[in-house]
This record gives sequence, C-alpha cells and structure tokens, in this order.
Amino acid sequence: MYDVLTILVDGVVYASWLFIVALGLTLIFGVLRILNIAHGSMYAIGAYAAVTLAPLAPALGLPPVFSLLAMLIAALAVAIVLAPLMERGLLRLFYGRDEVLILLITYAVFLILEDVSKLIWGVNPYYLFEPRNLFGTVEIGDLFYVGYDLMLIALAAVCGLAVWLGLNKTKVGKIVLAVIHNPDVSACMGVNIARIYLLAFFVGVFLAALAGAFTAPLISVQPGISVSVIILSFAVVIIGGLGSIPGAAIGAVVVGIVRAAAVYELPEAEIFIVYLVMAIVLVFRPEGLFQRTQARKI
Amino acid sequence: MTSDTVILEARDLQKRFGAVVAAQDINVKVASGEKLSLIGANGAGKTTFMNMVTGYLKPDSGAILLEGGDVTKLNPRQITQRGVCRSFQIPQLYEPMTALENVMVAIGASGRRFSFFQPADLNETVEQARAMLKRFALDPYAHRPVSELPGGVRKLLDIAMALVRNPKILLLDEPTSGVSVDEKFPLMETVMEALAAEAVTVIFVEHDMDIVTRYSDRVLAFYQGQVIADDDPSEVLSDPAVQKYVTGTAGPATAPAGAEKEAEA
Amino acid sequence: MHASTRRTYLSGLILAAALLVVGFLLPAWLLFTVTKAIGYGLVALGIITLMRGGLVSFGQGLVYCIGAYAAGLLATRIGVTEAPLLLLVGMVASGLVGLLVGPLIARYRGIFFAMLTVALSMVLYGILVKMNAIGGSDGFTLPEPTFFGWQPDVGTSDLALYVTAVIVACAAATACRLYYDSMAGMMALAVRENELRVEYLGSSVFNVTVRNFAIAAALGGLGGSLNAMALGHIDPLFSFWTTSGEFVFISVLAGHLSVGAVFVSALILELVRSFSNRYFPETWQMIIGIFLIATIIFLPGGVGSLFQRVLKRGPAAGRGESAENEGRAAP
Repeated sequence: MYDVLTILVDGVVYASWLFIVALGLTLIFGVLRILNIAHGSMYAIGAYAAVTLAPLAPALGLPPVFSLLAMLIAALAVAIVLAPLMERGLLRLFYGRDEVLILLITYAVFLILEDVSKLIWGVNPYYLFEPRNLFGTVEIGDLFYVGYDLMLIALAAVCGLAVWLGLNKTKVGKIVLAVIHNPDVSACMGVNIARIYLLAFFVGVFLAALAGAFTAPLISVQPGISVSVIILSFAVVIIGGLGSIPGAAIGAVVVGIVRAAAVYELPEAEIFIVYLVMAIVLVFRPEGLFQRTQARKI
Repeated sequence: MTSDTVILEARDLQKRFGAVVAAQDINVKVASGEKLSLIGANGAGKTTFMNMVTGYLKPDSGAILLEGGDVTKLNPRQITQRGVCRSFQIPQLYEPMTALENVMVAIGASGRRFSFFQPADLNETVEQARAMLKRFALDPYAHRPVSELPGGVRKLLDIAMALVRNPKILLLDEPTSGVSVDEKFPLMETVMEALAAEAVTVIFVEHDMDIVTRYSDRVLAFYQGQVIADDDPSEVLSDPAVQKYVTGTAGPATAPAGAEKEAEA
Repeated sequence: MHASTRRTYLSGLILAAALLVVGFLLPAWLLFTVTKAIGYGLVALGIITLMRGGLVSFGQGLVYCIGAYAAGLLATRIGVTEAPLLLLVGMVASGLVGLLVGPLIARYRGIFFAMLTVALSMVLYGILVKMNAIGGSDGFTLPEPTFFGWQPDVGTSDLALYVTAVIVACAAATACRLYYDSMAGMMALAVRENELRVEYLGSSVFNVTVRNFAIAAALGGLGGSLNAMALGHIDPLFSFWTTSGEFVFISVLAGHLSVGAVFVSALILELVRSFSNRYFPETWQMIIGIFLIATIIFLPGGVGSLFQRVLKRGPAAGRGESAENEGRAAP
C-alpha cells in the first residue's frame, strides 16, 4: 500500500499539465464548438519546439533560467504559426456544418501533423533534462519531489486563473462570452466573430503547446505522445463537461489521481482506467460533472 | 358539451418554469368528437397545455386521463401509440424527403409490421400515402422535397402526417400561423374537410377569432396559465375578462420561446 | 417479388460472380490486398448503417477487435479452423456486444456518441494489452484456416480466403441494401432528420439506434474475423482508436448512398497504403489526412455519389428518386 500522499502529489502534478491542455481544448470547444482532435499534436509540437529551443539558452551562454523563457517562446511560436493556419486556412471553411464533420477535419489535421513532426524531428526520442534541475527538490512527508514538477502546479493555476480572469474581467473576454452565448446576435451587434474565433483558437493552441513545452523535461519527446495526450484530455473534458473551465480542472484532477492510484495500486489498469471513468461519467451524467444541460457556458 | 363520453380529462394541472406559471389549476374535460379551440395571448399556457397532454412536458402535479386511464407519465411516443397525435406550430418534417416519403414514414411509424427485406415503396404503402395526400389536396406536391414547399402546404402535410394513425384525439398547434391572411380560411376548410369522415376529437390553438368562431364547438381561454373561460364560442368571446385579457391583446402571432426551442430540437 | 428487390438480389449475385472470376486473374499480392480491403469495407459498411441513422462511431475498432479475438481464440484455444464458422462466431460475438452496449449509448448524439465509442474501444485496448495470457500487446498468430475440411496449400489459401471474402461481402452488401430500402431503413433516415417527429409519429428512436448499432457491430465482427484470418495475426491495435479512424475515413470516402462504394473506398485506402509504404513510408498518415480533407471538400457525397452520376438508376445507386434527395442532404 503506497502512501495516499504520494498518490495525491503524483496525481496532482499529472493533473496540472493535463489541465493546461484540457483548458485549451475546452476553450476552443466553448467558443468554436469544435472538438479538436489535432489538439494533441499541438501539445506534441510544443514539446518538440521546446527541446529544440531550450538548449539554445545554455549554448548562448545565458543563465539556465533562460531555458524556461525559451520554452515559453517555443509555445508562443507554435501557436503563432499553427493557429491561424488551421483556423483561418481550414476550419473556417466548415463553420455551420455538422459537428462530426468538423471532428473529421481535425482528425485529418492530426494525421498530417503527425507526419510533419516526424519529417522535421525524425522518429528518435529527444530529452530535455536541464530545466528540471532548476528548482531543486522539495520534501513532502518523508519523500522528495522535484521542484520543477511542483512548479507545474503553479503554472496550471496561473493558466486557469488567467483564462478565467481574461474571460470574466476584460472587455474582450465579455465579447467572447457573448459570442459563446449567441454568435449570430453578437455578429449583428457588430462583433467581429472571425477575430474572436481566431483569438480563442490561438489561446487554445498556445495552452496545448505550453503544456507540451513545459512537460518536455519530464518525458521523452517522441512520436505517439500526441495520441496519448489527446485521448487523456478528451477524457478530462468529457468528465468535467465540455466548455467548462472548472470542469476541466476537476476532470484533470480526477484523471490525474485515478491514473496515479492505478500506477501504484493496480498497474494492469493504468491504460484503460481513465477511459473507464470517462465512460462511467458519460453513462450517468452525459453533460459531464460540471455542465448544466443545454446551457452553453464556459 | 356535445356528448357525454369524456375522452380526455385534465385534473388540477400545475406547471412552473422557474418564476413563470405556465399552468395553474387546469381542470378540463373534453368530450369525444368535440372541436375544442384554445385561445389566449402568447405565454398564456396554451402550448404548455398541449405539450403536457402529448407527454412532451410533465406537469409538476395533477393528472391527465385518456379514456379514464392515467397517461400523465407517458412519453410522446406512448401517448401517440394510444391515439393522441399532434401537429406542430413549426411543421416537423423530414426536409430532404419528398412529401410522399414523409407520409410513408408516418405509415411506417404507425405500428404496422414491415419486412426488413421488402422495399419501403410497396404499392400498398404508396397508395395509402397518396390517398392521405389527396385528402389534403397535396397530391401535386407528392414528389417535391418538402424543404422547397410553401408554408401553407407544409402546415397541411404536418397535419396529414399526424392523421395517418387514425387518432382518437388530434391536437393542432396553431394550424394557421405563418400562413397569409387569405390562405387561413381555405387551409382550415381543407383540414376540416379532411377530418369530416373521422370521428376524431380536435383540439387546436388559434389566434384568429373568426376561425375560432367558425370551426370550434367550444373554446378554452387561457390567461397566465389559468383557464379563465370555458364555453361555446359566442359566450367566451363576449366574456368581459376574455375581451380584456385575450381578444383585446391584439398582436402578431409569434411563437413563444419554448415552441421555437422545441422546433430546433 | 418487388422489382427493386429482385434487382438488388440480382446485382449482388452478378457482382459476386464477376469478382470470383476476377479473383483467378489477380496476382497474389493484390488478392491479399483486396481481401483485407473487404474486411475493412465490412466494418465501414457498419458505420454507414449508423450514419444513415445520424450517428458516427469513432470506436468501431471495438467490435472489429472483438470479432477478430473471438475467431482467433476459437482457432487457437479450441482448434476450430473452419473459416465459415470463425466468421460466424466473430459476427455473432460482436453482434451480441453491440446488443449489450447499444442500449447504454443509444441516448447520445454527435460527438458524445463518437467519443463514448472511442472510450469503450480504448478500454478494450487497455485490457488486451495487459492480458498476457492471450499475448498481451504482441497479440498472437492464427493457424491457417480450413474450408469445409479442405486445407488449401500456401499458393491457394489466399485465393480460398478471397473467395470466402467476396461471398461474405456480397451477401452483406445485398442485405444492407435491402435493409436501407426497407421501411425500417427509411425510418432510420427519418431519425437522422427529425427525432422528435419520429417519436411523435409513435415510433421509437431508441429502437432504431440500437438496431443500427447492433447491425454495425455484427458487420464489424465479420470484418474483424475475416481480417484476423487474412493477416494471420491479431493484436490489441485492432481496437486502437487510429484503427477506428481508418474505418471512419473509408465511410466518409464512400458516402452513405451506395453499399458497393465502401469496398471501393476500402480498396483505395489499401492501395494508397501499399504505394505510400513503398514510396513514401514516412508520410502515409499525411497522405491519408490530405485525402480525407479533399474528399470532404470536393466529394461531399463520397464515392457513392460518383457511382450515381454514372448509373442513374443502377443497382448500387438504389432507388433513384429518393436517393437523389439523400444526395442533396448528405453532409
């Protein structure tokens, strides 16, 4: 029997980066009504961009903290390149069509991005160790944790808070909420819907890439990470309720802890327990834990 | 009442949507074969009443009895299977299909058994569908996709589909709404002619008082979820309360929010 | 017998006969590819059946995998190698799973239905990967199938399986065409267009959905058991979501107008796969992705709508009049 604390800490660390990915996914769904399968690819490309850019900092003789900045820039670059390309270049053509059709389009984009990243970065794994040593270790209970991992929890909180404040306390955010509530009426009121869609999609992609960039030091960056991330973040948003920010947070914590518990207590179930939880939640609460029926809310 | 046989009875129906009272103390007995119209301003509770009778909404309390049996908890399908059919304010059609195919679907849903290995367009089915179209003078539109048809024709088709099952009670939700003034009477005339051969009880929501007077035996006037008058048309229309709250409130017949949502669903 | 029914039976028979003759002329590699494509096509035919009722499953890998494992376990554990029997068992096993799972998920629509099916297929994947008793993530190999007691030698076994596949595919396609043209098939289209009205006409949307899901599951199981024999090896990837994605790809490419189109689409996928494996091994998924987007943009009715343009009232196009209307409605 492993310590409950161990499972909790591990689960919450896992939940933190997963929350950042899911936040982006749920934001895009909330505003554009698109469930973006290519979201996992954004995460993966963010991770690849980070392993490419972060080593530049020490190479240029900059202090190691600058590699964190490089990771941030990497995520931003991914969003600047891919978000307009995908939203303006492709998804725009299918607005107003069947949700499932757009789901297929994003699936096609996922397939394309899988191979594009293989063409750019090859199939061998990349590792990025240095940033993980930046924050030393922290003792919780009688176990030591890597400070960097705990920093991820703070990063997740900052992201969640920033999106929440951005939506509820800024003028642009209010406009986004209006568009979520009723895009047609908003358009009649003079809102530039195209710009709001692009903005939301950009922020969503940035969050995925950011999570990818900052988890790069924890994992080996290689083909296939996009697949596992997209499935996990789908599970998170389905559990929490599509389009809900608190839902994404709770969903991420549920998935993180359930997975951590499975890793320690029932390793055989690690792969499918998350989907099992998702299926159970869907059967009993189709709108997710944190979504009211019909009301579109973020 | 024109007959002693009560076919439908509503007992103490109550329904609230948050702070809005949609139905309060509704007690109605409908006799078999009666032509009953429901009048009232938008939001007065006519469609709510109709939705409760057809199982789309469940009343907060009270009971609905069909031929003496409790049907309060049944869903729309079960109510339909017991012979209560309805049309809709916004016609609920299968847009890409033709008018004939729409009626064929209604025949397919009417409870007869069909083989999996026989085509849907068996002569017998097609003939039955054509006959129904003919009753509503819709035969010229048989092979047109319904999405291309004019409003009045769509209304008639919607009613024709509800009639396929030979219902005991037919509920028509604003049969003449969305139809131009000149067309209202011909449309109602067509409907009533089509129903003439049936012993069907008709309950319809209507805003046009001339149509109410001409085509109903009895009128229920709704105001704020309550029935404020229940009598034959001339009595109800001369009632001061009805004149104040219902007929005095002239206005365009727009759909209440609930009905629109239902149509989109 | 109704004229269109006779035409459907006849075209099924003619197609089967033609394909059987062609089989004796094809080179071995193509024979194998066509057999595999038929396996995929059967699963996609199931998705088409669901699509006609307004649903898309992104998790048909579930029933594909169950069919394959049911046949595989029967062959390796109990020693039954009769191909027709293995196909039957695969179909029945998946069909039963469909009947069990269907009622649980029949209330869901759109992306929720799609994601729920993905979740279920991934649960199966996760379980199989960890079940070392049946090969874990490596899966296991099947013995060579026999046909009514006859064990073909290495040269002819591909042909024997091809013949079986053609017969099964033509039977399944004929049955599906009859179902689509029947009153029950028309009710499925009605469910897709307006569920509320179907209920208000006194018919059950739930029943239509469960029926379509069970048919789709049985077809998936049939495809799975066929491909288990064709490939000679099965592993948990049969249930992985990317496998399901390929089935959806085939269905979209085919469109829901024609039952023959799914097999053509499946063959296109397999040929593109073979060619890109040879010439562009790194960019196979990219090619499929671009293909998918191009299909949705330029051929929204799928390959089936091409058939229809060629054969106005041909067998594959179904009843001209209503099929044309469907074409207009097709997403």
